[in-house]
Amino acid sequence: MKQTYETIIGLEVHVELATKTKIFCSCSTAFGGRPNTHTCPVCTGMPGTLPVLNRQVVEYALAVGLASNCSIHQMCRFDRKNYFYPDNPQNYQISQLYLPICHDGYVEIETEHGPKKIRIHEIHMEEDAGKLIHDEWEDCSLVDYNRSGVPLLEIVSEPDMRSADEVIAYLEKLRKMIQYLGASDCKLQEGSMRADVNLSLRRAGSKEFGTRTEMKNLNSFKAIRRAIENEQERQAELLDAGKPVEQETRRWDDNKEFSRAMRSKEDAKDYRYFPDPDLPPVLIPDEWIQRVRNSLPEFQEEKAQRYIREYQLSAYDAGLLTESRKIAALFEETAALSEKPKKAANWLIGETLRLLREKNMDPEQLDFSPEHLAALIRLAEDGSVNNQVAKKVFEKIFEEDIDPVAYVEEHGLKTVSDTGMLEEAARRVIAANADAVEQYHQGKEKILGFLIGQLMRETKGQADPSLAGEILRSLL
Amino acid sequence: MIQTETTALALSREIREKKRTVRETVQETLKKIHETDSSIGAFLTLRPEEELLEHADRIQQQIDDGTLNSPLAGVPVAVKDNLCTRGLRTTCASRILEDFLPPYSAGAVERLEEAGALIIGKTNMDEFAMGSTTETSAFQITKNPWNTAHVPGGSSGGSCAAVAAGEVLLALGSDTGGSIRQPSAFCGVTGIKPTYGTVSRYGLIAYASSLDQIGPVAGNVSDCAALLQAIAGHDPRDATSLVRKDLDFTSACVCDVKGMKIGIPKTYFQDGIDPEVKEAVLRAAETFRSLGAFVESFDLPLTEYAIPAYYLIASAEASSNLERFDGVKYGCRASEYEGLHDMYKKTRSEGFGAEVKRRIMLGSFVLSAGYYDAYYLKALRTRALIKQSYDHAFTTYDLLLAPAAPSTAPRIGVSLEDPLKMYLGDIYTVSVNLAGLPAISLPCGFDRGGLPIGMQLIGNAFAEKTLIRAAYTYEQTAQGLKTTPTAEKEAHR
Repeated sequence: MKQTYETIIGLEVHVELATKTKIFCSCSTAFGGRPNTHTCPVCTGMPGTLPVLNRQVVEYALAVGLASNCSIHQMCRFDRKNYFYPDNPQNYQISQLYLPICHDGYVEIETEHGPKKIRIHEIHMEEDAGKLIHDEWEDCSLVDYNRSGVPLLEIVSEPDMRSADEVIAYLEKLRKMIQYLGASDCKLQEGSMRADVNLSLRRAGSKEFGTRTEMKNLNSFKAIRRAIENEQERQAELLDAGKPVEQETRRWDDNKEFSRAMRSKEDAKDYRYFPDPDLPPVLIPDEWIQRVRNSLPEFQEEKAQRYIREYQLSAYDAGLLTESRKIAALFEETAALSEKPKKAANWLIGETLRLLREKNMDPEQLDFSPEHLAALIRLAEDGSVNNQVAKKVFEKIFEEDIDPVAYVEEHGLKTVSDTGMLEEAARRVIAANADAVEQYHQGKEKILGFLIGQLMRETKGQADPSLAGEILRSLL
Repeated sequence: MIQTETTALALSREIREKKRTVRETVQETLKKIHETDSSIGAFLTLRPEEELLEHADRIQQQIDDGTLNSPLAGVPVAVKDNLCTRGLRTTCASRILEDFLPPYSAGAVERLEEAGALIIGKTNMDEFAMGSTTETSAFQITKNPWNTAHVPGGSSGGSCAAVAAGEVLLALGSDTGGSIRQPSAFCGVTGIKPTYGTVSRYGLIAYASSLDQIGPVAGNVSDCAALLQAIAGHDPRDATSLVRKDLDFTSACVCDVKGMKIGIPKTYFQDGIDPEVKEAVLRAAETFRSLGAFVESFDLPLTEYAIPAYYLIASAEASSNLERFDGVKYGCRASEYEGLHDMYKKTRSEGFGAEVKRRIMLGSFVLSAGYYDAYYLKALRTRALIKQSYDHAFTTYDLLLAPAAPSTAPRIGVSLEDPLKMYLGDIYTVSVNLAGLPAISLPCGFDRGGLPIGMQLIGNAFAEKTLIRAAYTYEQTAQGLKTTPTAEKEAHR
């Protein structure tokens, strides 16, 4: 008999922190270096080497913890998680089990039933492992330790989510928050944000939790949604058939839209966690917490609310502008410089986002100056350039951050509003397009658009379009 | 010739006063090692002569142009083989690291070289410092220079034997549960286990990280103090390294123990101690009393829990520390295997000796689910209580006097038959490591068989200078004990 089930989901989210150097040595964390070029004796686990904590990791962990309303263990510690695998040079991972830095927090998400709190069980700091490369051709495995020792935060939620929508909303919320903090770029595809989904079902109305599975290898929001829906179905079928759900770790295959059991609870490893004797406890005094708390940025929602209030923007526009902290900052500066917040918003939402999409770029990569955008807005406002020209100039600003005033001057792009010159050009256009003129006189008003186009061409696009129309009409 | 009775400080002074050259000194040291070490077996690796002489000339140049004037300039030093030395084979006396050439030097080694000392070679030890006799070395047996049928003690047996045999005047050892103090006692030399955090552990191949500490071994207290002074100091590469203010240890070499309060833990003289050892240490107590110190015995509680707590904690840490030796990145790898797990299994089965395996297994067991609380956590709590009982003792006493070991050096071949008994031999030394305290081991007599007896002075944290002052005062008083195996033999001739 078919039952109705409630889905219970908790998430373990790994976030790669944006520190310049690794968590326990001074090697670079840059992505994509040649194998084993960002390594040293410490992050390759050479004998006798010792870890020394990068304080910036604690700083970021505190910021994320405070932003998600966590309590802080003011004396936290690192523990060793022991397991043998070649991507892990010491054969233990330095992580936090017994005293994680942050605990008992929450974030609020929007659901169809209104706002909902998702509780955070804990946030801990740990080191990433290296990467194994299996060379099928040579029948051997190689290991690249560039990623070994890159700092991670693991954010563990309580089992508070009930649907894929809530999971996505929670992840979006975390991602936005962490990006705003500058603590990570949170890219799922590149692995700087990874989520493992713990999911169980229980009969609707029941208080007891069912047996859960853990789903790994989820590399996009889409994959997460599909995996959740798939796992809900799989477990429901088992339960409907009176079969038990096994407690196990499953691996999602996004190409096949299917998950496979990796290991069951029975072969769960004993990691023999114990406090790392190489690292003294991390002491976090009140002042440190206060300093980080004071430096927390204005997050997306508050910012969007303020834009609606201060600049009379629509909720939709305010939402788009605050998608990225970088664009929001550009907007605020441009708005202040140009004193035209609506125009600034239009440029950033319209052309900027379009170009970003076209060039497949990230908002973080924007590096034009708000001064130049503000100058362009002024040029367009006082009629010095027409719309078409302004868009072209903006592309130049976007690409090379040119000074629009100098650029327009240099390339002679100023709008032609000299009536004498325009009249001359208009006569040439009329002479050259007898057919069109004929049609116009026969009452085909629409053909005027074509003639204006010709006049624009004649003036290399610099004619003031309304003036051009006026002149043509009077001459005809 | 370097006189066996000379000191490292005197030797360096002669070099700096241009009475001898660094090159001569190195050549004489090598000659002595070549003559002696075939019967002692203290060294596992010597630096190539050419390289040494070139280094000697560089030091000479610095001395000559006045850029180097440190008290140990030009002195050859032997280094225990668990301290990484750049480009010089570092094995931990284990097959698994048989051909390991570190691309870096330990912090302590760097400091020594900055002080103008020369690393002459690497000394034998118990494999990964696990053992009390240097017999668990995968490569060779080191013999006690006082009687080659006996062990030198361990795990820093090679370093202590090299000094006792007069091959070098100075050596570095490491002490996790007595590994400097016990072999120093067995070999009749002086060794210091500094306060935890005084000497950087960077480049010391870890046995038990929370207990390991590098320290000096020498023929006398002044040399020991000078060597400690050269290697001590904060190192940003070791998060457990301390910033200490007063590291001028040689200034503590003054004869004065008047009014010093010395406590003798009663339990250390009850069961299991060799009567000759007991007598010699109590005689030393009398000497201190006669020199104006206030000496009394007292109850130091919990001493019987030190051994179990130590072996649980040390093994637990070791089981994790030694995981990195897996055949993947460096060291030996089994020659034939099928797949990853077989490679791990064979490499580690072949690469580690029996004692190392025993401790890895013990340590893995006490950390495993279900046993962690019962064993590991309980051991940590015991450790905290032991520290408290020392703290309490130091509210009354300036230092404690104890034997360094319950007996003199055992004969080669008997200790490994009964590992548990061997572990119990660490009774007087391990609690000092558990509490992170400094202690010095120095000779205080001989048994009837002519083997040296050592005593141990234990200080409060950071009280190395008190230890050095007391040890120096005793040494200067008990001149008759200042002898060497060679001198002894000559006297009997």
